[in-house]
Amino acid sequence: MRTIAILEYFDFIRFDIIWNYRELYFRGLLVTIALTAVGYTCGIILGLLFGLGKMSERKWIYYPAKWYVDFFRGTPLLVQILLIHTALIPTLFGHSLGFFVSGSIALMLNSAAYIAEIFRAGIQSLDKGQMEAARSLGMPHGVAMRQIILPQAFRRMVPPLGNELIALLKDSSLVTVIAATDILYAAKVTAGAYFRFWEPYLFAALLYLILTWVCTKVIAYVENRYSTSYIPAKRRRFFMRKHGV
Amino acid sequence: MIKIQGLHKSFGSLEVLKGIDYEVKPQEVICIIGASGSGKSTFLRCINLLEKVTAGAVYIEGTDITAPTSDINKIRADVGMVFQQFNLFPHMNVLDNITIAPRKIRQMTSQAAEQLAYELLEKVGLSDKAKAYPEQLSGGQMQRVAIARALAMKPKIMLFDEPTSALDPEMVKEVLDVMKQLAFEGMTMVVVTHEMGFAREVADRVIFIDNGVIAEEGSPEQIFSKPKNERTKAFLGKVL
Repeated sequence: MRTIAILEYFDFIRFDIIWNYRELYFRGLLVTIALTAVGYTCGIILGLLFGLGKMSERKWIYYPAKWYVDFFRGTPLLVQILLIHTALIPTLFGHSLGFFVSGSIALMLNSAAYIAEIFRAGIQSLDKGQMEAARSLGMPHGVAMRQIILPQAFRRMVPPLGNELIALLKDSSLVTVIAATDILYAAKVTAGAYFRFWEPYLFAALLYLILTWVCTKVIAYVENRYSTSYIPAKRRRFFMRKHGV
Repeated sequence: MIKIQGLHKSFGSLEVLKGIDYEVKPQEVICIIGASGSGKSTFLRCINLLEKVTAGAVYIEGTDITAPTSDINKIRADVGMVFQQFNLFPHMNVLDNITIAPRKIRQMTSQAAEQLAYELLEKVGLSDKAKAYPEQLSGGQMQRVAIARALAMKPKIMLFDEPTSALDPEMVKEVLDVMKQLAFEGMTMVVVTHEMGFAREVADRVIFIDNGVIAEEGSPEQIFSKPKNERTKAFLGKVL
């Protein structure tokens, strides 16, 4: 009975309208997570390719990669989403493939541009002596890249990649413009149905906050494990104990 | 063993090496001295093509390595290089630092490579550091690991680019001792150094490079005690 009394105290907040649309919010949560996950994962793969492209000495590889990054970083994501959903995909396939395909493609292409730069910066920030040492041992460029450069660069990329994940998660709310049923869409529907705005949008904000909080925790864990030191975590603890650090 | 003919190297409009001719015989230890900016490091880096040669030729055992057809990776596998900044791979422990190249390039089994690595660590006096990571080592220890790493490829020639210049004074000796031992065992070595004591004691011949050319060349005795060139005299006057 006590809980009901407390809820009555806040009766100017209509919790029931969120509750009535709980399935829509749940679906929205899943759609936001799925869009971000697909966009981010594919974005990383594509971003690596464009990042390598931007470091290429061959002009016919370098320039397309550069133009790609310039375009997707230099235009608003909202415009890109609309272009892909209403122009690109209908032109290629003759009809729409639904918000999920358009939305994840847009997020993928957009994040790939940012990740390409993260990747390039991660590699170019390494001391050039690392590549020289590897090559001086007779390693071909590819072997040196895989064995020596990339494992080190990946560690440096963890913090900016984490930022990119959080940014992408929040930016994914832009897909409501193509009627994707994500978190923000659920809030808009609720707001329209009851003509109340505080509850739906605050609740949507809360859901995004929870998602970004979880991401922050995961990133902090990964950073702590891989980014702070080259010594594996298990061995590091042993080393610290031994030396009383 | 190494024959250098008319070596020129320019960075843009800056000509660093202005025609160097030299020949290193098997098992010789050559020390290169000179002021900073004189081109001695560039000269060394041209011998394993870390710098692209502008003009001239470098022959290693009769093969012109500057020819476009030369197999650059194979050449480098046979020429060990030790850097001023060690350049150990920080994400690998000492053992992996030493075994990675023999495993990936010489196709050695992990077992054979590790055995070789332990032998080399014994030689440089770091048997107990096999599982340590570079960041856990002192500068002198890192440089000794770097020497072991280069030796693991069983090179015919070892190049040293100011191997003790980044070390604290008390660590210089441990690195020089390893290099002395290597020289004693008959390794062909080309060493760029500021350690005049080492050059005097270990080198078979000393080269003084000034302004991109070999200004003077001779036995350590001759260079350090009876230098003929005025610039050699001036340089030695400053460093000795």
